[in-house]
Amino acid sequence: MKLNSLKYGAVVIGTSAGGLDALSEVLPNLRKEFPIPIIVVLHISPSSDSYLTEYLNNMCELLVKEATEKEVLEPGVVYFAPPDYHLLIEEDGSLSLSNCEKINYSRPSIDVLFETASWSFGEKLIGIVMTGANWDGSAGLKTIKENGGFAICENPQTAAVPRMPESAIDLAKPDLVLELNEIGPYLNRLI
Amino acid sequence: MQKEQKINSTENIEIQLLFEGIFLKYGYDFRDYGKAHAKRRILHRLGLSDLKTISDLQSKVLHDESFFQLFLQDLSINTTEMFRDPDFFKEIREGVIPILKTYPFFKAWHAGCSTGEEVYSLAILLYEEELLSRAQLYATDFNHIALAKAKDAIYPIGNLKEYTRNYIKAGGKSSFANYYNARYDSAIIDKSLKKNIVFSDHNLVTDSVFGEMHMVMCRNTLIYFSKELQDRVIKLFYDSLIPGGFLCLGSKESLTFSVHRELFEPFNQKLKIFRKKY
Ligand SMILES: C[S@@+](CC[C@H](N)C(=O)[O-])C[C@H]1O[C@@H](n2cnc3c(N)ncnc32)[C@H](O)[C@@H]1O
Repeated sequence: MKLNSLKYGAVVIGTSAGGLDALSEVLPNLRKEFPIPIIVVLHISPSSDSYLTEYLNNMCELLVKEATEKEVLEPGVVYFAPPDYHLLIEEDGSLSLSNCEKINYSRPSIDVLFETASWSFGEKLIGIVMTGANWDGSAGLKTIKENGGFAICENPQTAAVPRMPESAIDLAKPDLVLELNEIGPYLNRLI
Repeated sequence: MQKEQKINSTENIEIQLLFEGIFLKYGYDFRDYGKAHAKRRILHRLGLSDLKTISDLQSKVLHDESFFQLFLQDLSINTTEMFRDPDFFKEIREGVIPILKTYPFFKAWHAGCSTGEEVYSLAILLYEEELLSRAQLYATDFNHIALAKAKDAIYPIGNLKEYTRNYIKAGGKSSFANYYNARYDSAIIDKSLKKNIVFSDHNLVTDSVFGEMHMVMCRNTLIYFSKELQDRVIKLFYDSLIPGGFLCLGSKESLTFSVHRELFEPFNQKLKIFRKKY
């Protein structure tokens, strides 16, 4: 991965049940010309169409799009894993897709994104786990921490569905627990 | 943190050596596969074994052929279904088949056919459009176990409900139940659909062209390759197709980033159907 002079090189976000509302609260808060890419796994049905990214794109300053395989990450763009494919980040900063078996009953899986992102970005990665009903993302967030990255979880007490951030907090011991409406402003200041 | 960086790069060196060793010893070439995915598969096998490092795994792979065969299955992802992406098959029926009908006889190559569900889907389509008797289908994969299952054409009955739904969405003209026989918990694909299919072992990285194809279907296989390897394989498909022949890719694959994109024209961009230029 080409390293720029910024402290962080990418943000990865994972969320499941309640995730669309959560993302609608977080992503529009990010400032225009956010200087690094944001890559998201939201658990969705295999047959969903492109409505989701269009909907979020209309609400955000940043470009929101479905990830295409082999495309190279660009600053200020929000990439979503397509339905029914895992999204992986290569060390050269490009994106790969895979339709290998479900992980934690999920495809796309948050762990797959987080783990490969951590291999590529190491301590220059920020990982965020938000609302959801299973434990996908916990192991990935742990890997991010082990490789020196920065980990944030949504506060389970106020999350739409607490299970996912709860499990991530248990396993990964994140640096910060934030309310949804604090995440965007926090990232704007941090980066 | 410094240390962590070093550990990672040692792993990457080990992976490169592992694939080099596999290529020299067994002839399977994974050196240009997508790295992140390959690394996940390797670490997955390592986690299941009592081996400590990728170097240990390399030693075992080289000395123990049955372990290599097991590892080969880890590297080959066989996920597939019948009439997956129904819109795609609908377009084959309504857009592509009318053009194939203009040929007295035609050949289609199904590369990376896995356990066969897709090629039988195509055979059903061709049968319903009264074209199967004029077709020769080649279905290939480098995974022997998957190929054997493809030849057997016996699938878990539990999957059939979804396949039936897909078949209907893809514009199926008959009852899907006509195409298989249920036996206990299995569905056996009707023999008549197999008649025009030849299954064979073919490695897209190391084997050569299949000549004079009217259509090449290769879906969800190129995603596992690096961009350079994708380019090589797309050229292989180009060389295998007749002018005007169809290249069909998976729903998330495209020629957009390929150096060979100018050699093809989009037939249906959204559904990833392209034609070799005349
Ligand atoms: C995910 S499956 C795709 C099945 C089907 N085409 C579909 O889209 O539903 C990918 C297949 O590609 C095969 N494959 C991977 N590398 C290959 C190679 N170098 N040569 C031939 N087949 C390969 C795998 O064995 C696997 O069966």
